[in-house]
Amino acid sequence: MYRYRLQGRKRVLKRVLIHVAAWLVALVWVVPFLGVFMTSIRPYEEIVNGWWRFERFTPTLENFLYVWNYRTAPLSRAMVNSFLIAIPSTIIPIFVAALAAYVFARFSFPLRDLLFFTIVVLMSLPQQMVILPVFLLENQLGLWNTHIGLILLHSAFGLPWIILFLRNFFMTLPVELEEAAKIDGASDIEIFFRIVLPLSLPALLSIAVLQFNWVWNDFFFALIILVSPENYVVTQTIPILKGRYYIRWDHMAAASVLAMSVPLIVYAALQKYYIRGVLGGTVKG
Amino acid sequence: MKPQTKFIYLFLVPALLLLTLFVVGPMLFTFAMSLMKWEGTKVVGFAGLDNYLEVFGRREIFYPKGFERGRPPFGALVHNAIWILIHVPLSTVLGLLLAVMLRDVKGAAVIKSMIFLGMVTPMVIGGVLLRFVYDKNAGIFNEFLRIVGLGYLARTWTAYPDTALYALILGSVWIWTGFSMIVYSAGLETIPQELIEAARVDGASELAIFRYIIVPLLKPATIVVVTMSVLWVLKIFDIVYVATLGGPGGASTVLALEMYMDAFFKIPPNYGTAAAIASILTILTLGLAVYAARYMVGEIACIGTGFRAARGF
Repeated sequence: MYRYRLQGRKRVLKRVLIHVAAWLVALVWVVPFLGVFMTSIRPYEEIVNGWWRFERFTPTLENFLYVWNYRTAPLSRAMVNSFLIAIPSTIIPIFVAALAAYVFARFSFPLRDLLFFTIVVLMSLPQQMVILPVFLLENQLGLWNTHIGLILLHSAFGLPWIILFLRNFFMTLPVELEEAAKIDGASDIEIFFRIVLPLSLPALLSIAVLQFNWVWNDFFFALIILVSPENYVVTQTIPILKGRYYIRWDHMAAASVLAMSVPLIVYAALQKYYIRGVLGGTVKG
Repeated sequence: MKPQTKFIYLFLVPALLLLTLFVVGPMLFTFAMSLMKWEGTKVVGFAGLDNYLEVFGRREIFYPKGFERGRPPFGALVHNAIWILIHVPLSTVLGLLLAVMLRDVKGAAVIKSMIFLGMVTPMVIGGVLLRFVYDKNAGIFNEFLRIVGLGYLARTWTAYPDTALYALILGSVWIWTGFSMIVYSAGLETIPQELIEAARVDGASELAIFRYIIVPLLKPATIVVVTMSVLWVLKIFDIVYVATLGGPGGASTVLALEMYMDAFFKIPPNYGTAAAIASILTILTLGLAVYAARYMVGEIACIGTGFRAARGF
C-alpha cells in the first residue's frame, strides 16, 4: 500500500514539475514581446533603464500617436499600404495557382511531372536570386517603386508552394464527384469552378492566411521595390524609426506593436487554418 | 486542338507566365549576370568565374584570419555555416522536447501559441526585439545576468564582434523553435498511444520509450524540420539587417546581406559580385531544395509533407 502511495505522490510531483517547467519556458518565450508592449505604452525616460521597473508608471499613447503621424513615413499610411499590397498578393497567386494545381492534379500531359517538380524546387529559391533582374525589369517597365510592381513579384514568388499545396489537396478530393458532373454534361471549367473550388474552401483559407502573413511580414522585396516613403509598407518603417543619436525604443516598439497586430489577429482568428497551412505546405522563407 | 488540351493550356498559362517573368527568367538572368564583367551597372565584357573568385577572396565572405584569432569575423560564408551548426540542432531538439513535454500539460494550446508567436510576427520585428533584449541598459537579458550575479558581464551583446553573431543565432533559435515544436506536435499525434502504453506495460522506461519508439517514428517530422531550418538559416536576412547590419566590422554578416550590400547599398553598386553571391547562395540551397521537393511530391496520400495526422483537414 505504502509503495503505491509513494508512487502516486511521485507522479503528482512529476506532473507539477512538468507544468512549472512548461509555463516557465512559455514565459521566457513571451518576455521580449511583453517588453515591446510595455515599452510602447510608456515614455522613453521610464524604459531606457528597463521596462520591467515600475517605480514610475505613466501609461501613454504618445508613442503610438508619434509613429502614426511620423512625418517621413507615417504608420497610418504604411499600414494602408501593407493592406493594399498583402490583399491582392494573396488573392492573385491563390487563384492563378489553383488553376495550375488542378491541371497538375487531374490531367496528364507531356513533361507534366518534370514541370511540376521544377516548380516545387523553386519553392526554396532565395529572394536574392531574382531581385536584381526584377529590379532592372520593373525599372524598364515603370513598375519599380509602385505597389503593382511589388504585388506582381509577391504573386509570382508565392506560386510554387501554393501550387504544391493545392495540387496535393486536389488529389485527396474524391474524383467520383467530378466524373459524375462530367457525365451530366458539365465542362472542365464548370467542374473546376462549381465543384472543386467550393470543396476546397478550407484549404484555400489555410493558404490565404499563410500567404497574407508572409507578404505582410516580408521586408526584403519591399526594401528593394519601394523607395519613396509614401509607398513604404509597415515593415520598412520600423528600421527608419530608430532615431539618430540614440535608439528610440519607444517609437520602434509602438511601430512594432502596430505592425505585428495584423498578423497576430489573423493568426488568432484563423489559428486552425494557419497551423494546417504550416503543416501541410511547410513554411517558405 | 482537343478541348481538353485547350483547357490545360488555359489553366497553366497564367502561372507559367508569372513564374517565367518574375522567378525563372530572373533566376537565369542573375546567373548570367554573375558571369559578366561589370563596371557599376554596365556590362563591359565577359568575366567567366572572375566575380566568384573576387567574392571568395573578400574578407566579408571568407576570412580565414578569423580562425587564427578564434573569433568573428570569419566571413559571411562561414557565419552561415556556424549559424546552421548551432541553430539547427538547438531549435530541433528544443522543439522536440517541448512537443513531448507539452503532451500532458494543461493549457498546452496556450503555451504553444506563446512559443509560436515568433513565427507569426515579421522577422524585422524579431530583429528589433533581439537588439532590444541584448541592449546594455534597456535589455532584459542583461537584467537577468545582474539578477544571477553575472552583472559584470552586462553589455550590448550585439555590439561586440566576439558575441554579435552568437547573440543573433541564439535569437533565431528563439524565433524558430515554435516551428519545430508545431511540426513535432503534429507528428506525435500520429503515434498510436497503445504502442507507448504497451511498452510501458512491458516495463520500458520513459527514456527508452522516447529513444526507441518516439524518436524513430518521428523521423518524417525530423526530416521536415531539419531541411526547412537549414534553408531558412541559409537565407537569413531581416534580423541581421535590423539588429546589426552585419556589424560590427562584418562580425555578424551573412550571404544574403552581402548580396544586398553589393547590389543596393554600396556606391557604386557591383552587380557582378552581387549576382555571384546570389548564385552561390542558390547553389547552396539547391541540393536541399531538390531533396525537399522529391520528398514533398512523393507524399501524395497525406497533404503536403505527409506526416500530419491522417485525420487532418
